[in-house]
Amino acid sequence: MTTPDAPSPRILYCRCAYAQVVPSEVKDAVLEGLAAAGASFEAVPDLCEMAARRDPHLRALASGADQLKIAACWPRAVRGLFALADAPLPATGVDILNMRTESARTVLDGIGYGPRGTEASP
Amino acid sequence: MNDTLLPPRVVLYEGHGATPLEPADRGQLVAALLDRGYAVTLAGENTATATPDGAFIVVGSFAGHSPEVNGGLVTVCDMTGATVEATVQAVEAARGDRRMNRPDAATAPGADNLTWKPWFPVIDPARCTNCMQCLSFCLFDVYGVSENHELRVENPANCKVNCPACSRVCPDVAIMFPKYHAGPIDGEPVSDGDVTREKMKVDISALLGGDIYAKLRERSDEAKKRFSRERSADQALAERRRCLTKLADASAIPREVLDALPSPEEIERRAEAAAARAAAARAERETAT
Repeated sequence: MTTPDAPSPRILYCRCAYAQVVPSEVKDAVLEGLAAAGASFEAVPDLCEMAARRDPHLRALASGADQLKIAACWPRAVRGLFALADAPLPATGVDILNMRTESARTVLDGIGYGPRGTEASP
Repeated sequence: MNDTLLPPRVVLYEGHGATPLEPADRGQLVAALLDRGYAVTLAGENTATATPDGAFIVVGSFAGHSPEVNGGLVTVCDMTGATVEATVQAVEAARGDRRMNRPDAATAPGADNLTWKPWFPVIDPARCTNCMQCLSFCLFDVYGVSENHELRVENPANCKVNCPACSRVCPDVAIMFPKYHAGPIDGEPVSDGDVTREKMKVDISALLGGDIYAKLRERSDEAKKRFSRERSADQALAERRRCLTKLADASAIPREVLDALPSPEEIERRAEAAAARAAAARAERETAT
């Protein structure tokens, strides 16, 4: 078992499954990286779709005390989506990594599961 | 979307009592579930798994010793020795008749599934000044006003897929469509140049008469006069199409959205209702502040 014990920060990965605006190679590589590192994380098909449903799970994610790392798209859009779902993200303690523009390596590094993070994992 | 049940969440458990998956299988399984519309929690021993509606499916390699799980609607799938695809099928079976929106609904089992592309405006609260221009502009009741007299997206599912028209009338570049293909409408940071450009778009709209619905009405009235003179439905339709073409070219509204607009009379009724709502919202805000 290589899963780290309840890692902090919490990690949220958005697949953006209803559109092709996030490059497939990036979102696939980020997911593979997280899976290979044995990370505990939340993965959602599409933050937009959840926000439209005002999914209560978004409130749970936004209100947690631990730092939150989100791999999704533009931070302005992600914050707007959480606000739309009546689950505004706190001003601090949230890092949003943009898979539309960043490389998978940069995103994984930002989450803490980049090449160095993976090496450090058991 | 409002009549869609929350999809069950899948918890991939690899903590005490479960055999961890191979990394490649873990990644493939999660990707396959996400692409079918399931949210997935990858849980170690200390990961909280409670869901607000209590409905979730626990997946793991339990070697026949499935864990006891406290909670509401919980189903346990033991994937010991199963392939990724077989595990996905087991999750689908565990979901049963539960209806859900899903990206692959066209090919997925269950005729009741929806495929709604989540396309709707998202407001940037840091930029929005609550001028209510979007509320006045939208004919489809997408926007509403909160108890605090602030603009809110009330009915996202009413939005017309791939139409970013309301973002073009926002003078503060505060309306995003995260699935749009370009910035700043997609959520990219707004530059000074963007603000100027967006204001120009409003000016272009003004050149058409200040209000595209007013322009539509005007065109409709002209068409009606001709229609009454000539009794030619074809000519009236052609006139409407010419008008719509011009509007599509000027304000980047997808043609299919314009083609699907209701009758000019209905447009007029809705535009007046939307304008009245916006005026009331502005008045309430002024009173409150």
